[in-house]
Order: sequence, then C-alpha cells, then structure tokens
Amino acid sequence: MQIAIASGKGGTGKTTLAVNLAMLLSEKFAGTGQKVLLTDMDVEEPNSGLFLNGELIDEEVKYRLVPEWIEDKCTLCKRCANICEYNALAFLGISVMIFPELCHSCYACSDLCPEDALPMVKHRMGMTKRYRLNANLHFMESRIDIGVEQATPLIEQTRKFITENYDKSWFTILDAPPGTSCPVMEAVKDADLVVLITEPTPFGFHDLKLAIDTMKELKKKYAVVINKYGIGNDNVLSYCQNEKIPVIGKIPHLMEAAKLYSKGKIMIDKLPEIKKEMEKIYSGICKLTEEKA
Amino acid sequence: MKEIVVLSGKGGTGKTSITAGFAALGARHLVLADCDVDAADMHLLTAPKIQTEEDFYSGKTAKVITEGCVHCFKCMDVCHFDAVLHIDGEFVIDPLECEGCSYCYHVCPTNTIEMLPRLAGKFYISKTRFENTLVHARLGIAADNSGKLVTKVREEAKKIAEEQKLDYVLVDASPGIGCPVVASLTGANFVVLITELTVSGFHDLSRVNELIEKLNLKSGCIINKADINNKMSAKIKAFLESKNIELLCEIPYDIRFTEAISLGKTIVEYDDGILKEKIITVWEKVKKLVSK
Repeated sequence: MQIAIASGKGGTGKTTLAVNLAMLLSEKFAGTGQKVLLTDMDVEEPNSGLFLNGELIDEEVKYRLVPEWIEDKCTLCKRCANICEYNALAFLGISVMIFPELCHSCYACSDLCPEDALPMVKHRMGMTKRYRLNANLHFMESRIDIGVEQATPLIEQTRKFITENYDKSWFTILDAPPGTSCPVMEAVKDADLVVLITEPTPFGFHDLKLAIDTMKELKKKYAVVINKYGIGNDNVLSYCQNEKIPVIGKIPHLMEAAKLYSKGKIMIDKLPEIKKEMEKIYSGICKLTEEKA
Repeated sequence: MKEIVVLSGKGGTGKTSITAGFAALGARHLVLADCDVDAADMHLLTAPKIQTEEDFYSGKTAKVITEGCVHCFKCMDVCHFDAVLHIDGEFVIDPLECEGCSYCYHVCPTNTIEMLPRLAGKFYISKTRFENTLVHARLGIAADNSGKLVTKVREEAKKIAEEQKLDYVLVDASPGIGCPVVASLTGANFVVLITELTVSGFHDLSRVNELIEKLNLKSGCIINKADINNKMSAKIKAFLESKNIELLCEIPYDIRFTEAISLGKTIVEYDDGILKEKIITVWEKVKKLVSK
C-alpha cells in the first residue's frame, strides 16, 4: 500500500501529517510484522527528517546522465545543437558548451552524433539517505544539491528505488512537494491514494481545487484532510461535501501544535486530539483503499 | 527601475500576504508579478480586472500520424521517457510523459511523427484594485513547470515597468529552490526573504540562501510568526548576522492575517495597528535598500 500526501499550497501541513501518521502506524503495527516506510519526496526542501531521529542505513549520491563533448572526435557538424530542443548545447566558435541544467537527458544528441563525440556521463543531482527509526519504521529522504534546477529526475529515481526495494506489504507514506506540476505528478505516480491536505482559507481552498484538477488529470484516487481546522471559513468543507469528495480528517488549529511543530517535535504523544484525528485519517485511508484497519 | 523578489524556500510562510501588503502600499509605482504560476494566489487579494489574456506555448509534444507508419518500433525504442505507447496495434504518445525532445521525430523513417507546439498555460495582464498592473499566469493542469512561464511573467512585468517608467517590479516567487525559483530570481536587484520560527522555516531559509549567495544577490529577511519559538529566534538571528543579511522586521503570529485573507483584503487594509505599521516600515526599508 502506498499513499502520497500532497497539497497545492505550501505550508498546509504535509510534513506534519506525514511524520505523525508514520509514527502512529509504527506504534500501532508494533509486533504485527507490518512495516512502515516514510519517504520525503520534496527534494528541493525536504523537512520530514527534521522531526525524526534514527540510525543511518545507507546513503548514496544520485546522478543522471548528460552528454560530454569529446573535442578530438567532433567535426563541428552542429547536428547536436540543431537537434536539441532545450538549448542545452551551444557552439562557441570551434568548441561546444554543454549546460547540464537545461539538458533533459533524452540521449538524442548523444545517440545521433555521427562521430560518437557526445557520450553520456554522470552528472550529480543530490543525495538519498535511508534511516531505521525503529524496528518497523524506515525513513528515506532525497535532496537535490543547491544549484541543481530540475527536481523531477531525482524524484523519479526515488520513486523507482521504492518500487525495487519495498514491496506492497510495506505501508508507504510519501511526503510530496507542494504545487500542481511535474514534481508532484512524478511523486504521486505509484500511490494508491493521494491525501490532499489544505487549510480552510481562500488560499488553501483555491490551491486545493488546482490540486484536485491535477489528480483528476492523473486519474488518481484522492481524499482531503483539512488542517488548522477552526480558522478561516467553511468553504473547503462545503465544497468537498457538494462535490462528494471524502474529507477523512480535520486537524484542529491548536497553538500548542504550532509550537511543537516549530521545535521539530512529533505531536501524537503530546496532543491526544491530534492523535485521535490521525487515527481517523488512517481509518479513512483504509476505507478508501479497502484495507482492514 | 528595480526588481524586488519575495522568496521563502518553505511554503506558507506569508509570501503572498506580505507581498500583497507591499502592493497596496506601492500602488501605482510598481508592477506586480505573481511568479508562483503553479499555485498563484495573488489575485485572491488584489481583485484584478483582466486586460490581456493569451495562451502560452512552450516546448513541443510528439504526435504519431497513423497513416504511413510502418510499425518499425523505432520511436518506442529511442524514447527515454516511456511516452510512446503501443495500444491496439497503433502507436500513441502519452502527452503527460512526452518531454518534447523530438528524438522519435528524428529517427522515424517514414516521417510519420510530427512535433506540435505545447500549450503550457495561460498568461494574463490585469489591473488590481490598487491600480497597479499585475502580471500573472496559470500553468496548465499537470503541465511542466520548467520556469519558462515564470520567465515570461517576469519579463513582461519588467517591460511594462520600463515603458511606464515605474520604480519597481515586485515579484512573488514560488516555494522551493528549483527551476521556477531560479527563473524568478534572474535579474533581481534585491531579495526579501521571509521565514518563520520553525525548524523547517530555518532549514529551508538556509537552503534558499545558499542559492541566492550562488547567484550573488543582495537580500534582507523578514521573520514571520516571530513569537512562536524563542530559541529558534536567537538561532535565525545569529544565522542572518553571520551571513550579513539585514533583519528587516519581526512580525508576530497573528490570526488577523488569516482574517484579512478570508475577506479578500490585504493586511494593511484590514489592520489599523501594529501589523499595518510594520508592513509600512519594512516596505520603506526595502525601497531604501534596493536603491543603495
């Protein structure tokens, strides 16, 4: 089972929900053999790890492939620059400049070069680290290096790593990046259910509708959680009721919760009302994915 | 003309609320650019009347022409994005996966693949109720945010400011540190960082600051929700000092920000006390710093 936690707007509580739900499930599944994996897919600004402590399992530098110019082989035919749709190659007099941040790793220039003068070579994107938090809980995070502009390739590699290393018996929770475009789409690709978390304000409501449109386009099953419930107005709730979108949790707005978050602390062991809501969200997820709670 | 970019790394720290406050104060002297094309919210506070609306095309998408195709599978073999599908004996391109690289087009022996311009979103020029011009956009559903639409918004805002001889372009950027953020920062004269006193706020601030150091940009920082964690306050202030970033102001956590948004108002219209005063003071400070 894999669920992704996403939102259009940033700062609505993705990380709060992801880490607290993971801790709750780890506690709940203790002794049952069921295991939990939490993965931070917000490779630009990963925050889940700030709330967790564990033992490092492994770490790996992540690369993607981009062309490298071999001067001796090149006949300056310019085929590569004519083919590239991303302006990632430029001719400067008698040399070729390559801009890795513009390159989409499509291989066209490399494969179609008549002189084999553009082999694909590794280009560093960032790091992935895995931790064991307790007997039945793993945490993984990927982060791009500063200056690396494309987030999606690292998200894709992280997603594939999960598929290869964690079978469906793991309960996998993904903390997705904010927004509605490619990084989110890549992050939620394998999820059985996307939980969209929002806040009951006009910004939260507006961006929730955009996120819902994206999920519809991707043909993903989704549900809504309202965070900071109690502030703003009722528009999110009435919209979801009218559109028959399941609202599986309403996390109350508590100053104490904001303070715990600010310190990087888990809430479920300190705030019973938050724990109760996390339990509800879990049973909502089970109901929608038809797993036994 | 000076370009001011409001940036935070982390989402939900108050970028749009504070930028809209500046926009209300700067009124006719500035052009506002909402560069968060992925989840644009500025229009919710500024009630813009749309004056120009156009489709924005960026990049390409492959399309297979069935007639003449000899089913050699070359297109499928070369695609690194798994965008070529073979369904019921015919080749189909999945537009969500296609990156528009044209590799399939170049290897097709029968010329039965065409590359079509890709509609990436919509682009608007509007007048807000503060009489500033707002340049904004809406990325297409599930579209690729490569930063091109962001660049278009920023460049158009700059052009208008230059034509009308206005003093400032005020840019509301998106969260993160990737392409859309880099595209928002190109050409900035001053960056207003906004952070909150949380572990995530600090973590994301330090990452986004590394990026602006790399781009060699001047910046100042607003600490929002400044009374939530005193320990973190000392930590962030020490960080700002070590990086030579001016602390522009501290804004307390205040439910009035949310109340203002719920009424579609900016904080300087809704509040008549300390919050309004703070936004006015910080806007004056930013104007001074940007012209230094």
